Amino acid sequence: MTEARFDRAPGDQSIATKQQAASSGILVYSIGLLLAAILTAISFWVANTTLLWGPGVALGLAVLAIAQMGVHLVFFLHITTGPDNTNNVLALAFGVLIVLLVVAGSLVIMANLNGSMMPADMMDMQMHY
Amino acid sequence: MNITVAVESGEALPSASEAGPAPKRIVVAYGFWIFLLSDIVMFSALFAAYAVLQHASAGGPTGAQLFNQSRVAIETACLLASSYTCGLMSLAVNSRRRFATYLGALLTFVLGVAFLSLEIREFADMIAQGAGPQRSAFLSAFFALVGCHGLHVTAGLVWLVVMMGQVASKGFRPAVQRRLQCFSLFWHALDIVWVGLFTVVYLMGVTQ
Repeated sequence: MTEARFDRAPGDQSIATKQQAASSGILVYSIGLLLAAILTAISFWVANTTLLWGPGVALGLAVLAIAQMGVHLVFFLHITTGPDNTNNVLALAFGVLIVLLVVAGSLVIMANLNGSMMPADMMDMQMHY
Repeated sequence: MNITVAVESGEALPSASEAGPAPKRIVVAYGFWIFLLSDIVMFSALFAAYAVLQHASAGGPTGAQLFNQSRVAIETACLLASSYTCGLMSLAVNSRRRFATYLGALLTFVLGVAFLSLEIREFADMIAQGAGPQRSAFLSAFFALVGCHGLHVTAGLVWLVVMMGQVASKGFRPAVQRRLQCFSLFWHALDIVWVGLFTVVYLMGVTQ
């Protein structure tokens, strides 16, 4: 019970889950596995179907991937919004911020550079004349 | 890390400033969590490189021609299942059940090896077709990103074998338990990276 006063280590289950029978721990992982498997199956279906509007597929895949990462974080790594988990969540939020800055920043800057490059046919003309 | 410690029942709880340091188990896991996040930041740089160079195939083969979706589906299933068995193993470690720990570790190891052998075969096939990392910027970025994840999985498998050796020789002493806890965090984090990887590289690469 004294442990409840400390923050929870990432990966540890909540005290309430620990105190119940071991089967509830297995249940948490099994729910996570089921949800992750469903999301993966939907991802593969979305990528291969012709029923969906083409340009929306990439966005849909991104949403499914983020949802599945959330499932992994909650059910496998046991990251929750509880007060004993604040430090873990804050570290995660900082990591996500950096990841977003790196990925989105690179994409925006490189797309911008590509856009202001001379088109290939104009480059040819310059080389010929 | 240092919120109040519960004192003997009946007394008031001391304030956060009076509380002692958190137990080592929590400090170690939190430090490893920070490492994992920095590892994910490193992966994000490789993801960014891949996303930028995705179409720079230099007249060579594109992702849609190279990637085999059914193989990727099997790889994904292997890694997801190994993450699950790793979770079951950490439950067994917490309740100090030796046989269940070995069983979970064995399943995790076998599934990890299956994932890795599929990936190595994929790389070998691509290189045999002349689509090695030197063919185009797209393929360089692909091999860097997927190869880096593969190296992490390899390191995780070695770590798992070492940990089973420690469980066999030292038993479930606190240090061994902390290392096993870090291992399961590492393994779950690798699965999270793989989720991003199969979505961005394989599924989006095939649809475009």
